[in-house]
Amino acid sequence: MPRAMPYLLLLPATLFLAVFFLYPFVLVAIEAASRDGAWTGENFQRMATHWKFVPALRNTIVLAAVVVPIQLALALAMASIVSASETGRSTILYIFAIPLGISDLAAGLIWLAIFEQSGFLNSALAGFGVIERPILFLGYQNPLMIFLAIVLAEVWRATAIMMVILVAGLGLIPKEYSEAAQVFGASRWQRFVKVTLPLLRPSLQTALILRVILAFEVFAVVVALGGTNFPVLMGETFEWQFTLQDRGVAAAYAMVILAISIAFTLLILRLLHVPKEART
Amino acid sequence: MTEAVADAAARGYVETRRAGRRVFYAIVVLLCVWVLLPIYLLLVNALSAPAEVTAFPQRFWPSFDLGSISFFVNFQGVLRALWNSVQVAALTMILSIGLGAPAGYALSRFDFRGKEAFRFLVVMTRAFPLPLLALPLAVMFIRVGLDDTIVGLALVHTTLALPFAVLITFSLFSGIPVELEEAAWTLGCTRVSAFRKVVLPLALPGIAASAVFAFVISWNEVFAAAVLTIENRTLTAFLLQSLNVSPLPLKFAGGAALVVPALLFIFAVRKYLFAMWGIANR
Repeated sequence: MPRAMPYLLLLPATLFLAVFFLYPFVLVAIEAASRDGAWTGENFQRMATHWKFVPALRNTIVLAAVVVPIQLALALAMASIVSASETGRSTILYIFAIPLGISDLAAGLIWLAIFEQSGFLNSALAGFGVIERPILFLGYQNPLMIFLAIVLAEVWRATAIMMVILVAGLGLIPKEYSEAAQVFGASRWQRFVKVTLPLLRPSLQTALILRVILAFEVFAVVVALGGTNFPVLMGETFEWQFTLQDRGVAAAYAMVILAISIAFTLLILRLLHVPKEART
Repeated sequence: MTEAVADAAARGYVETRRAGRRVFYAIVVLLCVWVLLPIYLLLVNALSAPAEVTAFPQRFWPSFDLGSISFFVNFQGVLRALWNSVQVAALTMILSIGLGAPAGYALSRFDFRGKEAFRFLVVMTRAFPLPLLALPLAVMFIRVGLDDTIVGLALVHTTLALPFAVLITFSLFSGIPVELEEAAWTLGCTRVSAFRKVVLPLALPGIAASAVFAFVISWNEVFAAAVLTIENRTLTAFLLQSLNVSPLPLKFAGGAALVVPALLFIFAVRKYLFAMWGIANR
């Protein structure tokens, strides 16, 4: 009985993940590679030859390439501030962590309130006398502005998740290392780069993987701010599945998102390799 | 002479330190404004009359007119969507804790073969874009009659929340000394009654916090909800699908309806928030 106990306790969760996590990924792979019951590459061909595929792939990757480094820097700064503050630490941490609880759709709507034509940005600019008539920021003539609004919304919304992981990681680093460096005359910046960052590598790895995968899933923020003017992979998946009712092509898109997610996970694991002895 | 020099140096040091502190606080305030201001602006919109929301230039403080909110609440399908969201999130909460807590307990208390494999399975879920699961599951649900239902969507949201529930409860139970349980056994408790009388009361606040967390994950989820529901849309699915056609006041009141409960929940579990994400390191 005691021997079987852990397995009995794990059984429900394992079964659930097998049925609703592993099996569906097999299903979606089959769906992507077949049509009407026969194996074919037609879904991928249809996907790749549609005019929106290349822009969607490019937009998704460029967005991630711009957003993630900004978030990494900002999250490191916020985490350092939280760790360094003596008074009001928990209040600061709570405020910084608020966006964790906010849906990506709500974040999109929040930034829509700022960027729409009668929104707060235009109102502020008019109040300062910079403009006389409101500017249409999010129109199709203004792709760069749409991109900028999405970047701001994403940085605002999803930096918190990296920040909290990094705060926890900073808490695990013994103070003695930094103090020793200080004794040898290292400046604050030198201590951060030469001592803290290398020791923070496991947390950086976790935070980056989590964030990069979420960046490839970007969807509701883009729909709220850009509508159809800014195609991304997840939006196209939704379009083919829901509006065009073509599950095969939607599954092909899913495989593309899956492939780049796994590729980047492996890349980050390699770049930020954590030696086995250093794992906690 | 040397004393004076040292004195001046010390004063200089104190002054740079003080200036450094001032810069530090300025940055803290700036970052807090960056986080809070956008939420404030959304709430201004939600608490103003529809005509004020679309007016130009807009005011930067609310008129506390409930026009937008009553427009939102009375809009066809909104109340039903709200109720659906609550149901899906509640079911997700029950499922993920019900399945996850036993697994977390097993991981924290037993050494057994396959432990690492299970942990790998749980951690691996994080390397996959989970909302995509909605695509194959949509087909599966049609076959078993779960399409467009609360239960079907809750099952997908549980896949999102379960890994967290497992890891959070694992760290909760790990924080409760085994000795307490062993003492209860020697005093005549069985494994089950020791768990119920000793471990559970200690772990309950943390379990409640992770349940709230599961609720928020489901409440906020957009993609799977939009793919899997047609008639029984949740609030996020409703808002997403009416983005093209709905007027601005409806969007902003809807956004506020999404944000405010999530904020309250996160505030309620703020003590655990950090511990929850801290364990993401493992």
